[in-house]
Amino acid sequence: MSGAVILHVAANVSEWTSRHHSLTFAAAPETSWLERAPLLARDALTGLLPESLRWFANSLIGIGVILGAFGLLFAYLTLAERKILGRIQNRPGPNRTGWFGLLQPFADAVKALTKEDIVPHAADHVLHFLAPVVLVALSLMGFAVIPFGRELIAVELDAAVLYFFAAGAATELAVFMAGWASHNKYSLLAAMRALAQLISYELPLLLSFVPVVTLAGTLSTTQIVAAQAGWTAGFIPHWYVLTPWGLAGFLIFMVAALAESNRSPFDLPEAESELIAGHLTEYSGFKYALFFMAEYFGMCALSAMAVTLFLGGWQAPCAFLEWIPSYAWFAIKLLTLLLGFIWIRATLPRLRMDQLTRLAWKFLVPLALINLGNAAFWSLTASWTGPLQLARWAIALLVVIGPFVVLGRTLSTGVGPRTYRYAT
Amino acid sequence: MNLTLAIISVLILGSAAVAVSLRNLIHSALLLIASWAGVAVFYLWAGAEFVAFAQLLVYVGAISMIVLFAVLLTRHSRSELTVAAPALSRAIAAILAGGAVFCVLASAVLKTDFAARPAAAVPPTITVRELGTQLMLSHSAAVLVVGVLLTVALLGAIVLAASDDSKKGDAP
Amino acid sequence: MSTLHACLLLSSALFCVGLITALSRSNTILVLLGIELMLNAANLNFIAFWRFNPSAAPAAPATGIVFVLFAIAVAAAEAAVGLALVIAIYRHQKNIRLQDATRLKG
Repeated sequence: MSGAVILHVAANVSEWTSRHHSLTFAAAPETSWLERAPLLARDALTGLLPESLRWFANSLIGIGVILGAFGLLFAYLTLAERKILGRIQNRPGPNRTGWFGLLQPFADAVKALTKEDIVPHAADHVLHFLAPVVLVALSLMGFAVIPFGRELIAVELDAAVLYFFAAGAATELAVFMAGWASHNKYSLLAAMRALAQLISYELPLLLSFVPVVTLAGTLSTTQIVAAQAGWTAGFIPHWYVLTPWGLAGFLIFMVAALAESNRSPFDLPEAESELIAGHLTEYSGFKYALFFMAEYFGMCALSAMAVTLFLGGWQAPCAFLEWIPSYAWFAIKLLTLLLGFIWIRATLPRLRMDQLTRLAWKFLVPLALINLGNAAFWSLTASWTGPLQLARWAIALLVVIGPFVVLGRTLSTGVGPRTYRYAT
Repeated sequence: MNLTLAIISVLILGSAAVAVSLRNLIHSALLLIASWAGVAVFYLWAGAEFVAFAQLLVYVGAISMIVLFAVLLTRHSRSELTVAAPALSRAIAAILAGGAVFCVLASAVLKTDFAARPAAAVPPTITVRELGTQLMLSHSAAVLVVGVLLTVALLGAIVLAASDDSKKGDAP
Repeated sequence: MSTLHACLLLSSALFCVGLITALSRSNTILVLLGIELMLNAANLNFIAFWRFNPSAAPAAPATGIVFVLFAIAVAAAEAAVGLALVIAIYRHQKNIRLQDATRLKG
């Protein structure tokens, strides 16, 4: 009942604020110097060049910044993961190299670079070399279409989301090349298993963002971020994650992203207790570090895409927090998602291969399809106002929660009342 | 003729030609995938971005997987990955036939005088939104039929490739 | 020789490479790959005409793109079914030489 009152009040307030312009501050956020600092810096650098070379220099600077920023993020993410995993497991994590272990990533890099690079004699040398290179290249290509800030996007494409997932789909090829080129029966078997996992989870991944594209009306990432602009009553953002279908879509996307980047609890392909290291068994030294890097880049790219599609991109959650620049909001949201990934790794046990594929095909795909119908219903009933808004929310929430509970129970313990067995 | 078009042509034709003449089946498949990626680059050069990404997603991301799985599932042992080169007479007959077809097609192309597009310098651009509208309005029947076709093909492929209960599948 | 001619020659050449593959190899998978090359050549043709359209103002500007999208979808379906057939043939005759698949009844 109180929920109904709150929604009613919120609807009235939003109507009032939209009629009498929203809160504004002295400097509109688009022009504050902090917001425009990256663009001003870039223009200062490229202003030294003639006009014709400027777009090329802009691209190079964009590429350099993305490589540098995400390289550094990768390095410190490995450290953060080990520290956080350690603390959750009641131990300190790396703290010997430098203050609080802050130089650990560089120590790891030195170790990886100086290790002997062993290639099996019968291995396919060209493919063995190409596999990690292709994997890292394709994982990095996904960052080109992510809007990091208000006008900070490397390439503005009309079909940006499709490009992102095409680059992701092509990484499966590199996994196969790695497993095949090692000339190792078990590596090949593990590569087949890894491929089965990647293919299975590609479908929920692709299906979960289709409602977002439908409701935003575009495949371009900047326009999807722009479609989530605005606030109701000044403090409730219009992000898609705050709608029933958006929440379901976001959760499905996150689970599928965990599986696509071979992250625990879906890290069967590369866990140490499974066929040694799976398709990476015959890789040592820097190539192994490259595979590792590709996995983290994939994780960061998928999280960044989730931020763009569901969490409103670089937009602030409240109108009066807009003074924090857009790229800072993007970074905060991205780091939150990445820390969520690390937390899940520390908490959940690994899934077996058949449990993994069963989860994808029997649970996530039907839920994603039902979510698509739910989003269509949401879009068609956008004109319902007043008490019908409550009905709209109630129906949408029911369509999210109902199938989830029914499918989940049917697949595991059945829909009857739960029976508990205790050791006696 | 553009330099870009020349480079793209060399990539596409080169990888395709080498792919079909190699003995190692996996190398053939991988070079063919490079050829498909080259075709996607051609689409990008022509300004059809959506089709280029769709080509990458479908061909390089999915069909390549099917081909590689099929190659690995249809051999007795690792040594059987080398395919026999065709008999010389057969190869020559095929090259003659292919060459004849190419000559016919090339002469047809070169003899036709296409009036150049009035604004050929400006490539036609189509936004994804327009494309979606066209697909859903004018071509909606075709979209539904292709959906049914894909479902039927998927089910048929699963039924055909599903292993019998009497014997186990071959290990790779 | 305009750019359109060059594109059409490229697609004809790719078609003929696919044709030679399909005619001369006896491994079923290579034959299927040749067929895929031919389909790709046809798609190249469509996009070349879409880009360098000789007529002044086409009635439907997206027809070339739509056709290619459907062709890619159908090619994917055909590749899946074809390779499933290859696996079924292999299970039956233990090799995938096309010359041995000569009987309708196994």
